[in-house]
Amino acid sequence: MSTGIAAPQFTGVDFYQLDTLLSEEERAVRDTVRAWVDDNLIPIIGDAYVEGKFPKDLIPGLAELGVLGANLPEQYGCAGLGNVAYGLIMQELERGDSGIRSFASVQGALVMYPIYAFGSEEQRKHWLPRLAAGQDIGCFGLTEPDYGSNPGGMITTAKETKDGWVLNGTKMWITNGSQATVAVVWAKTGAIDDQKSIRGFIVPTSTKGFTGKDQKGKLSLRASDTSELHLEDVHLPKDAILPKSGGLKSPLMCLTQARYGISWGALGAAMACYDEAVRYAKTRVMFGKPIGATQIQQVRLAEMLTEITKAQLLVLQLGRMKDAGTMTPQHVSLAKRNNVNIACDIAREARRLLGANGILAEYHSMRHMANLESVYTYEGTHDMHSLILGQEITGLAAF
Amino acid sequence: MKIAVCLKRVPDTTTKIVIGADGKTIDEAGIKFVPNPYDEYAVEAALGLKEKAGTGETTVVSLGGDSAQETIRTALAMGIDRGLHLKGDGSADGLEVAKVIAAELKTGGFDLILFGKMAVDDYNHQVGVMVGELLEVPCISAVSALAIEGGVVTAEREIEGGVEVVTCRLPAVITTDKGLNTPRLPSLKGIMAAKKKPLDVRPVAPGAGTLAVAGLSLPPDRQPGRIVGEGPDAAVALVQLLRNEAKVI
Repeated sequence: MSTGIAAPQFTGVDFYQLDTLLSEEERAVRDTVRAWVDDNLIPIIGDAYVEGKFPKDLIPGLAELGVLGANLPEQYGCAGLGNVAYGLIMQELERGDSGIRSFASVQGALVMYPIYAFGSEEQRKHWLPRLAAGQDIGCFGLTEPDYGSNPGGMITTAKETKDGWVLNGTKMWITNGSQATVAVVWAKTGAIDDQKSIRGFIVPTSTKGFTGKDQKGKLSLRASDTSELHLEDVHLPKDAILPKSGGLKSPLMCLTQARYGISWGALGAAMACYDEAVRYAKTRVMFGKPIGATQIQQVRLAEMLTEITKAQLLVLQLGRMKDAGTMTPQHVSLAKRNNVNIACDIAREARRLLGANGILAEYHSMRHMANLESVYTYEGTHDMHSLILGQEITGLAAF
Repeated sequence: MKIAVCLKRVPDTTTKIVIGADGKTIDEAGIKFVPNPYDEYAVEAALGLKEKAGTGETTVVSLGGDSAQETIRTALAMGIDRGLHLKGDGSADGLEVAKVIAAELKTGGFDLILFGKMAVDDYNHQVGVMVGELLEVPCISAVSALAIEGGVVTAEREIEGGVEVVTCRLPAVITTDKGLNTPRLPSLKGIMAAKKKPLDVRPVAPGAGTLAVAGLSLPPDRQPGRIVGEGPDAAVALVQLLRNEAKVI
């Protein structure tokens, strides 16, 4: 939607005319979220980041826009969008801030998706509309202090009782954890080394024995809540289990959804930094001419545009494959690994182009640069995705 | 209340305009087209009026080629109930466009027809008020505040040095100004719902009329400014330049 009389706004990056490969609806979805981010997120994000506060006042707006679980079916109160449209939403949210996109990724891909994919019809009908509307906030409890890249080694347990289940364990690095009203927690129901016994549980965070506590001292994703979850004899009814969940495969399927969105999101952050760098290069004058007229800065900008264009084509095809049902987790690994890596480089180079101004929070690049270090590490570290691809290529596991 | 809103597809105001080879039109290659921002205030007004009344029907109308349907769908995504695409080429003569719109809307039984006060491409400020005249209904233009109660319209217009309050009875035509409201963003569900809403297409052919564009050119490049001095002495230097060079005093 245009707000044509207002100040110049982000107009995207589209050197290879990829807009012509998008449907009218996909462009409308992207443009709407883009305008929403400009109106609601950009004005407050610098301060929110410096203060280390997740801007939770934005949640009702995000929910009303329909971005939570946007690619899940309309019958559950979701927008029912295709996967490219979903990707474009993530791109535009992260063009604003990775922390805000993380919120949407967790709510949609890591909480709503598992309930949709592994839950009973009652669970879907109860939770999905509430999560889509932002009435409930969810978090995904998989990672533990000693089990990150190796989630299968988790030691959180779920023991069956006569009335239901009792869960014990600790989860760490959990986005939304401290403000969540519901947690999807993964725990072993069998022997501690039996990965196949991993099941998913819907845990209302008000349940006795459950605490979510923010981790302090973060230098990245500061406008996001990252928490520890402690489960001490948390008693759950029988129907708390996600009936169709089973084995490590279940949480990994959720991660594939989230990683898909992150591939697009990282591209958004890269675009934001590139856009800022271009505007600055054209107006910042030194030695009597704009710095954009110097060879060194032009090489920087040419590199950025090249990597952004490649990354765009990558995720567009990935989205079409996802819509067609032919996307594999390895396809997603390639895109997540590439797009986050180039985004990290672009953010850093943009920060350098901005000179001294580049260290201020009123400019965006350094905030993106710091955030992207988390995005490089989470949802499968860069190195883990290298090994996933290595195994796919050679058939040999190097884990 | 049955409300119609007329919406025009225009180039985004941040577009860098390139004059076409014929010297009379703009080169449309690579231009981003958007709904006319002043018409968006009209769309929002229609949605607000329907929401306040709790009942009614809103229709968005746009004249143009196939691309006008995309513009119509943005209004449907905002919440307008149905669309009417008047399919045909526009005309440089606003009166011809107004004649076509008036003819198509005459039999629609509309209580209120809303337009943006002007389009940001031609700045003509014409079509809305001309349609009001052709339909022989009261028209209030450049409205920055609007209330409708019991069939009576009370509108405010910003004028030099104050605010003018104008009233009339429905049916009426209103053209909207900046400040009337803040147009809502469509929701993503709204975007998905838009393609399912009814969209009528009627072929139209505005005449060439009595106006033709003789030529189109870009304004001359802005000259760089000149610093005439510093501190209080600058005032003396400025006055001298205004007198002797610019010859305005």
